[in-house]
Amino acid sequence: MLPQKRVKNSQAPDRTSQVRNTLQTSLSAWKVKQKPSDSKINWKQNSPVEAHEHVDDTLQVAVEYFEKGPIKTSRSKDKILEKHLETVENVAWKNGLAPEAIDILLNVALSGRFGNAVNTRLLKCMIPTTLISEGSVVKAVSWLCVGKCSGNTKVLFYRWLVAMFDFIDHKEQINLLYGFFFASLQDDALCPYVCHLLYLLTKKDNVKPFRVRKLLDLQAKMGMQPHLQALLSLYKFFAPALISVSLPARKKIYFKNSKDLWDSAVLAVRLRNHGHFSEPLKLTLSPADLRPLKRKWNSHSVIPGLKSGSYAKGCGKKEMSLSDCLSCNRSLPLEQLQSFPQLLQNIHCLELPSQMGSVLNNSLLLHYMNCVTDESLLLRLYHWLSQTLQEECIWYKVNDYEHGEEFTNFLDTIIRAECFLQEGFYSCEAFLYKSIPLWDGFCCRSQFLQLVSWIPFSSFSEVKPLLFDHLAQLFFTSTIYFKCSVLQSLKELLQNWLLGLSMDVYMKPTTSSPLETTLGGSMNSVSTLIHYVGWLSTTALRLESNSTFLLHFILDFYEKVCDIYINHDLPLVVLFPPGIFYSSLLSLDTSVLNQLCYIIHRYHKNLVAAKKNELLQKAKSEFSFSSKTCEQFNHYLKTMVGCLWTSKPFEKGIYIDPKILEKTGILKYKNSLNIVHHPSLLSYAASFVLQESPEERTVNMSSIQGKKWSCYLDYLFSEGLQGLKFFIRSSIHHSSVP
Amino acid sequence: MDRYDAPESTPRQSAASGLRDYFIGATPLQKRLESIRKQASVLPTPPRRKILQCSRLQEDVDPQKVAFLLHKQWTLYSLTPLYKFSYTNLKEYSRLLSAFIAAEKQKGLAVEVGDDFSIKVIFSALLGMKGTERDPEALLVQILSKSQLPPQNREGKVLWTGWFCCIFGDSLLETVSEDFTCLPLFLANGAESNTAIIGTWFQKTFDCYFSPLAINAFNLSWMAAMWTACKMDHYVATTEFFWSVPCSPQSLDISYAIHPEDAKALWDSVHKTSGEVTQEEVDLFMDCLYSHFHRHFKIHLSATRLVRVSTSVASAHTDGKIKILCHKYLIGVLAYLTELAIFQIE
Repeated sequence: MLPQKRVKNSQAPDRTSQVRNTLQTSLSAWKVKQKPSDSKINWKQNSPVEAHEHVDDTLQVAVEYFEKGPIKTSRSKDKILEKHLETVENVAWKNGLAPEAIDILLNVALSGRFGNAVNTRLLKCMIPTTLISEGSVVKAVSWLCVGKCSGNTKVLFYRWLVAMFDFIDHKEQINLLYGFFFASLQDDALCPYVCHLLYLLTKKDNVKPFRVRKLLDLQAKMGMQPHLQALLSLYKFFAPALISVSLPARKKIYFKNSKDLWDSAVLAVRLRNHGHFSEPLKLTLSPADLRPLKRKWNSHSVIPGLKSGSYAKGCGKKEMSLSDCLSCNRSLPLEQLQSFPQLLQNIHCLELPSQMGSVLNNSLLLHYMNCVTDESLLLRLYHWLSQTLQEECIWYKVNDYEHGEEFTNFLDTIIRAECFLQEGFYSCEAFLYKSIPLWDGFCCRSQFLQLVSWIPFSSFSEVKPLLFDHLAQLFFTSTIYFKCSVLQSLKELLQNWLLGLSMDVYMKPTTSSPLETTLGGSMNSVSTLIHYVGWLSTTALRLESNSTFLLHFILDFYEKVCDIYINHDLPLVVLFPPGIFYSSLLSLDTSVLNQLCYIIHRYHKNLVAAKKNELLQKAKSEFSFSSKTCEQFNHYLKTMVGCLWTSKPFEKGIYIDPKILEKTGILKYKNSLNIVHHPSLLSYAASFVLQESPEERTVNMSSIQGKKWSCYLDYLFSEGLQGLKFFIRSSIHHSSVP
Repeated sequence: MDRYDAPESTPRQSAASGLRDYFIGATPLQKRLESIRKQASVLPTPPRRKILQCSRLQEDVDPQKVAFLLHKQWTLYSLTPLYKFSYTNLKEYSRLLSAFIAAEKQKGLAVEVGDDFSIKVIFSALLGMKGTERDPEALLVQILSKSQLPPQNREGKVLWTGWFCCIFGDSLLETVSEDFTCLPLFLANGAESNTAIIGTWFQKTFDCYFSPLAINAFNLSWMAAMWTACKMDHYVATTEFFWSVPCSPQSLDISYAIHPEDAKALWDSVHKTSGEVTQEEVDLFMDCLYSHFHRHFKIHLSATRLVRVSTSVASAHTDGKIKILCHKYLIGVLAYLTELAIFQIE
């Protein structure tokens, strides 16, 4: 028991120790205990502790009474018996009985000292406070051999044993009685309950050819009985080379519920035991056996059920070598694997599944897959997954959309596994290549695009013709929502690649990657991806006439891109193309401008950091940022400062001949893009001015100058334009307030 | 940027693609993916193949067994490599599979492995049925019914037959490790319910995957050309093509039968490269047939779908059914089917 339990439920152990005394010193202890209860006249005062003690004591008296056996001479025998029985029942159903009390009463019930009715009532209230000791059960079973109890009592005992099985503290000695229980199968009345007990008790060692034969004989005698089927299928699980059975698809209940008599009691015990009592491991009938056969034989359930692979391993060899035998006994069948610590303890002797596909549904085994070095496991998974994807894929078959939901669920399972592993499967990559030419861009869109984002890192120029050229066709011809989804998944792809690469950089020498022999090569692939997305985005912006919605997704992508050097420690800075820069700068949406400012700010930081590093280790650096990148960045920066701050647009950075600007007819074009007049900020400026002088009838923006300019800035920052704040703080010296 | 150059000793291991980091470009998975990339980027099939020839290895094959394989209609499946399959355990597999079949047939009733059932399963190797020495031996599985007759004539009726083979399967063999046995082509004859049971047992036991192998019109044209090109001592069947026109309420089938010698003559006129069949020749051969048909019936067959080809060598249906007639070219026919099966599982 855990200490916390001891504090919570302090009476229980106390009582235990008391009863333990009675076992050792017989009556004397009882008498000593009885004395204080005699003196307790005032128990009606309802002091809870004392009342409890009183109950305790009457229970002790009752137990003592039963232990001694019926007093034959007494006339009031029935009354006393009834009184004590009621005491026991009340306590049992209320708080449960201590192991020692159960020990005594179980003995009484099965020894047949009292009548059948009493035995039944006693058995029905054998409810433990927390646990039942194994010894009590063994002793009770020994009474079954003497033949003193009736058939009904035996049945009730077995039902009780099944219901309380989880609360027995140990099972080793009970397992030694396996042969005895097995022999009891002969009894037709007992058979269903004994089957259930054996189902709970059976271990691999218990499955012997002679027992298999005996069970088959029973089956021949009694026909197809659900309880026998369940036990037989368990035998088949342990010894597939001895026995074969296939369970009917629809059946789900194999045992009549033995617990129903004790339903509420079992629940109560469980609540009492909560937290410090791990339920014993139970084998359940494999779901694959229960799932109905659907459609064709090949695809009765998309993902196979989890089953240990002992089938393939053990079969074929009648005599196993000694080492096999030893390892077999120690190995852990997957069906019993239930917790992570258990996985760690048994990781060297795990019986792997007979069908690797089943790992997809089991997070523990995914952990195992994550560190496995045996390549045949991965190959098995690869083959299975490739074929299943191909078979199930609904757009391979014309008009086969009825299984759409199933396929969607299957893809979801795969994606969950990929997210869990933080790694894509080769099979999925191959599936994408094969299936994208036939994909309509609609069916399972979200799943398909998520699979794209998990493509393992590889050379982008190799993947492009296989996947992205097809995707681009769909991209350009589909709705804006599709475009946004694609950009989103490309952002995730970039992120997954970057995470993988930055891990690799730490973990291994840079030359061991087969596809990209150098870090420079890897960076090259990433930068090709970024340029590709830049091209997609620019074209998409034109197609969607600079939609703000689309622009958000594009800028989200570049928010990842601009921080590669600092966040992932990878020597790469790629800028966005001008099409995106100018669309964002001239956007009517404040949040787009704000995001642009943030991105420029981060680019700035990254470039400064890169430059610094470069200076520090000029000789070593294998990657140098092209001066072009810096030039372009400065160009962007000057343009932005010119527009937003100094009100001298089109002079530095982008240059437009003033004569052309004059032709537009706009006179005050110079300040029309500064933070006051910029179309996306105009409403802020207006409300700022109104806030300053509410009575003013005409709003004069030009009044925001000098000191007011700084106040206006603070106002903008307080409105949540953090990107703008970062940008101005890092790129503009405050002396230059216009 | 010091750390980029710092040598590190612990390579990363991971489930799905990390292996790529682990062995330099040499893992089967790696090779597999590369071959898929190649396949996806170039034409699905190589534009030229050798003309069918008799393999020398075939001479070892038991003629009785070969006779048994001919003139039967087989349903084709592709099969991924079998994990931990061993040719030394065939007897044990027979016992297990027959118990499995018995258990499946009487759902819910358990049976003892090794019991006497009304059926008998026989696993045997088809020795010599291979293209190269590297190909694994072909495997024959038969289900016989046990008759009630006395033991001496207890041979029983064959209820179901299936066989697995790999003819010139080098491209697949290269990509798997030694724990696997590659028998990518599976042919079954008998009730589909039996095929289902046996397939399920194989899938559960050897972690493999069966998929029906359909033959598309493109590959049917190749078969038509290659089989017409075969030199025959005498022809046992006319050369016949079936096209299907999808129209409602019932699809229209067009049958086009040619005397085999005429077909051969046509082939010889388009055939240029000796010992090889090329894509251009196949296209030309089919185009000649189309234009001949158009001249007579004013129907463009190229706009319909080719669904069946039958020649004296073999006949094949787009549903994935095949019947092999000619003993001499058995290996050649199987080699092409193996190629299609490997393409499907890759």
